[in-house]
Formats: sequence, structure tokens, C-alpha cells
Amino acid sequence: MQTPKTNQQKKIQVDSSSMDRIHPMENVLRMDRIPHIWCPGCGIGLAVTAFAAALEKAEIDLSKIVIVSGIGCTGRVAGYVKLDSFHTTHGRAIAFATGIKVANPDMKVVVFSGDGDLIAIGGNHFIHAARRNIDMLVVCVNNFIYAMTGGQVAPTTPLTAYATTCPFGCVEPPFNIPYLADSSGAVYVARWTTLHVRRLTNAFVEALNKKGFSVVEAISPCAQYYSRINRLGDGLDMMRYYHDNAEIRNGEDTKNLDIDFQGKIIVGKFIDRERPSYTDRYNEWLSKVKGGENEPG
Amino acid sequence: MIVARTGNEAMAEAMRQINPDVVAAYPITPATEIVQLFAKFVNDGLVDTEFVPVESEHSACSACCGASASGARVMTSTASQGLALMHEILFIAAGLRLPITICLVNRSLSSPINIHCDHSDTMASRDAGWLQIYTENAQEAYDTTIQLVKMAEQALLPGIVSTDAFIISHGMERVELIDDKEVPKFLGERKVNYSLLDVDNPITLGPLDLQDYFFEHKRSEIDAMDNVLPIIEKVQKEFGDKFGRYYPIVDEYKLDDAEVAILVMGSTGGTAKVAVERMREKGKKVGLIRARVYRPFPKDAMTKALSKVKVIGVMDRSDTMSTLGGHLYNDARSILYKSDNQPLMKNYIYGLGGRDISIEEIEAIYEQLFDIQKSGEVDKDVVYFGVRGE
Repeated sequence: MQTPKTNQQKKIQVDSSSMDRIHPMENVLRMDRIPHIWCPGCGIGLAVTAFAAALEKAEIDLSKIVIVSGIGCTGRVAGYVKLDSFHTTHGRAIAFATGIKVANPDMKVVVFSGDGDLIAIGGNHFIHAARRNIDMLVVCVNNFIYAMTGGQVAPTTPLTAYATTCPFGCVEPPFNIPYLADSSGAVYVARWTTLHVRRLTNAFVEALNKKGFSVVEAISPCAQYYSRINRLGDGLDMMRYYHDNAEIRNGEDTKNLDIDFQGKIIVGKFIDRERPSYTDRYNEWLSKVKGGENEPG
Repeated sequence: MIVARTGNEAMAEAMRQINPDVVAAYPITPATEIVQLFAKFVNDGLVDTEFVPVESEHSACSACCGASASGARVMTSTASQGLALMHEILFIAAGLRLPITICLVNRSLSSPINIHCDHSDTMASRDAGWLQIYTENAQEAYDTTIQLVKMAEQALLPGIVSTDAFIISHGMERVELIDDKEVPKFLGERKVNYSLLDVDNPITLGPLDLQDYFFEHKRSEIDAMDNVLPIIEKVQKEFGDKFGRYYPIVDEYKLDDAEVAILVMGSTGGTAKVAVERMREKGKKVGLIRARVYRPFPKDAMTKALSKVKVIGVMDRSDTMSTLGGHLYNDARSILYKSDNQPLMKNYIYGLGGRDISIEEIEAIYEQLFDIQKSGEVDKDVVYFGVRGE
């Protein structure tokens, strides 16, 4: 199958004269949509900036990448990137992205969405895409809450933390996202906070170059809802919390990555392994049963 | 007690006074606030409700079905995509005759994505077997929420009471609240003949029902719809007798001596009433029909109302995507097929995705209806009002 021709996007020159640009990332951002809707102190912009930097660093051909988002604050990313992008329905970003990948195996598919979208309403797609090892990068910006709708409890809200729909404090244990990704079959799993911009960028570079289902969790402040309702200060205070409580443990067993309310956050690269991707396995098997007549793709 | 409340706050207050046994919900703009306020009532000990913040609307509606089947009084709240995700379960609730109440905020369905008002979400669910009542303002939303719980439980049918996104849901108005003690008295306890958790009389719900009995079961559900209008009328009257606010099945406004009228639903009813006043000041005999109860479709009351005038402009905030115009228009035309008195009718699809409709624009529609009355013919049956390039 042919990859459809996209708009005339050129491969970024790593040392392009950034002085000519209004914004250093303007070649990948839709400047006509800026200013964005994210609140002061929010970390999603940092995650997007790190991602844009990673695209340059990884020398990704921008005509062969597609960004897919679901619904929520992070779901707005698809609308701000000057790349092929798809703003889908709540929870279904990975399902849409699966279709894109199997129809265009040459495309680099990136899902950029939030914890509520990917892990709650879309949790089913997350585990099954990992199980199949669909070749895509899933960036999960985790702010511990449904922020777009005003701070409701999510399956990532730490125990005892407050949210608008649990003013009595969260009583449900949250998902440990790297553990979920690992046990479902992801080949690359890392977690950083938006304080770790350089390491987050490097994780994106590695994951973009990795074949298979890759997950990068970017823990991000929600200064307007999560911090405020829990009286944790503003975005900068959350960054201080990350600074004082994040501990880098590359290769740590993903079982040990639970996040307690205002407790330690273990960050690092936890999984980097090889498994045949869905399209590779599919093509190989079809070639076998059809006696080599099957065309890849 | 007279208070200032938004539509969402008014519906949350109604839920607090109803004090349902179970509420399961998932956030969605612009309905989130209803359940969020309700969560605070749970926290503050003002209700005895088991509140479940589930992981999707599909789960919310499913949890509501489970709870309702166990005999509980159950409510939830959603909008747009949330209702669409519940779609599968809506039919389950109706088929199993589980009287769940949804406080819904009407918002456009994707795609393109939009968070503002039109009626495409509930219209897409109109065949699910749920009662549907569209309200004009926060007061009506509050009153109808209380009424609908009773109607649903008496008819053994689930129901949706809706407000227009942001226009009602986030607009603050004067609302008269009923005394806290009066609402439970008005509703009484839910009576359940068969339920789960009755250990002496175990029942099975939702088993396979093939060619042998499926049709009879569906027919009985249709039967319930056929017989629900008298229940709705009775509850509305009881409510009026007790609390002083009477609601009709079909809201008629200055219709009796009107020559032309608009048929509309939701908050635009309020805007159109002002337009009616203004037109009448200019000596123009115009009237208004507002469809309050939409499912079941009140055939007799609506036929009577429509037959009072010569020309009707049907304003739909949704399109059937069938090339036949809007939902209300199709229903209204259909019931007049055998009528001796058939007014001329024109369909105005307006306000999709929350596009505003002004008093002046409604006045302009009335003027067009007078032109139709003069010429005696409708040049174009369906028009898209207020859209670029029309």
C-alpha cells in the first residue's frame, strides 16, 4: 500500500538557522493556533517541546509521521502540531492509530494523549495494542486527573488525593502505567517528569527509533486543578516536588513504580527489549501460508 | 426558596433532594458539573448515595443498569459523546424496563468536535426506548428532573431530561427550589416487583430471547411507550397541585388566535416567546408551540396544536442526515398525514454546534411564515438558517 502524499514538509535540518524563526519549534507547530489553551504552570507544553526537539534529534522525516490524540488537555496536541495529525474521540486514539499503522506501515505513528484518555476510557486499546506490539510510540502525559473537565478523579489519581469527584479523597488504587505497559507486552517503557526535559527528549528519541509498542510516561503538573485542590502550590511547586522526590532508577522492575500521594516518583528507562511487531509478524506469517506471494504491507 | 442557579446547579440540587441510591458517572463537558456538585453532596453527607466515578460512560450506564436491576433508584448525567458511548446500554436499560434517569446536557456530536449546543446527541438516541423531555430553562430542568424519576418508575421506562449546553447548563437564572422534605414525599419509595438480590426469589436478567418470545417482549416495551403519556400527565398535574408549577405535554404560547406559529424545543422556546411578544406588539398574530415531551411523541396534543394555525415553521437544532430535514419536522409532518387540517410547513435547521439564534432572527422567520401564508405555497421545504453560503 502506498503512503499518501502529505503536505510539503521537509526534513528538519539539525542546525537550521533558528534565528529566522519566530519560535524555535515553528517548523513543527501551527503558529496560527498559538497561544495554546494550556494553563500557566501546566507541563504539557514542556512535553510537546521535548517531543519537537526529539523529532529534530532523531532526524525524523516529517512527511512520514502522524500524531494521533484523543480527548482532554493533552488531546489538544494533535491540533497544535504542523504535521499530519488526527484528533480522535475520547479513549480511541490508539485504535485510530492502529488503523493508520496497518494501512501505512511506513508511517511513524505517535499517539500523544493523557492518562484519562489512554488508561481509563481507552485502557482496553492500550493493553491490546501492547499485546499485539503495534509499532507506535505512545506518549502518555500523566497529570493524575481529568483536567479538561475540571479535575475529576482518574485511574491515575494517587490514593487519598483529592479530586472534584472525590472530595472525600481517592479510595481507588491507581494504575502503575509502566507496569501495565510492561506486562501487556510493550518493548520500550520509560517514565520521566516534565522537569527532566533533557532525559524526556532522549527517551522520545530512543522510542521514535524503536520498532514496536513504546510507551513514554511524562508526569506533568496540573497547576489549576490537581495542585490547587490538593493545596500543593503552583506549577513551580510541583516542579520542586519532582526535583526533590524523583529518583532515577534505570532498569527498575516495573512492579516497583507505584506513585503514592506526594511520595517518591521513580523515573528512568525500565524496558528496552525486542519482540516482532504486529505488521512484521503478520507479513511473515502471511508469506508463509501464501507461499511467499504476499506483498509486504 | 428562591435562589440563583445555573441549569447544572439546578439539576444537581434536584438530584440532592431526590437522594438516589446509586449514581455512576463519567466527566464530560458541559454536564460534568452536575455530578461534580453531586459528589460534594456525597462528601458533605447530604445524600445517602453510593457514588461511583467509573472509567467511561459505557461503564456508567452499565453500572446504572446493574444497580437499577437490584431495585435501586439510579441516576446519572452525561452529554454528547457520552450519550453516544452509552448507546448500546440505552437499549439494554429500556428492554429490561429499568427506570434510570439521565440528567443530560444537549451538545453536538463529533465530528467535527464541538462542545456547544445542538440536539444531535439525544436525537440519535430517540429510538432507544427512553422517555425524552426537553426543557426551556433552569427552573423547568429542576422540576422535570424530579418529575421524571416518578414518571420513569411508574412506567418502568428509563428517561432523559435535557437542557441546552451552556445556554441553560451554565446560564444563571432565578430558580424556585422545593423544600428538601417535600421531594422524597412526592416521589415515595421505588416499588420493585422483581429484582436481583432478592435471595428468596432469584431471577435471571437479559438471557437469550430468540424467535420464540423476543417479539412479545419488544411489543410489551412498545406498549409501555403507548401508555406512558397519561402517566406523564398525571405526574405533571400532581406536581403542579403540590408545588404550583404546572407543565404541559406540548407547550402552547399565544396560539389560539395565531395565524402562523413556530414549533421548537429547548431554550430557543424562551427566545421565541420574546419574539412572539415583540411581533404581537406590532399587531402580528403569531404563536409558539414548544415540544416539551418528545419521546413518546405526543401525537394527539401535537396534532391539535399544529392544526390551530395556517403556517408552521419547524425549528430543528439537528438534522436527520436523510435529506428529509430535521427530526421534529419529520415527526410533525408525519402526524398530519391523515389530518383534515394541514397547515403549510417549512423546516428551519438552525444553531448547529451552538450557533446563536437571536430574537431578531426568529422575528425574521415569522415574517417569512407570513409571506408563505400570503403566497399559499412553500418554495423550499427545508432550509438551513444562519449558515454561511445558504
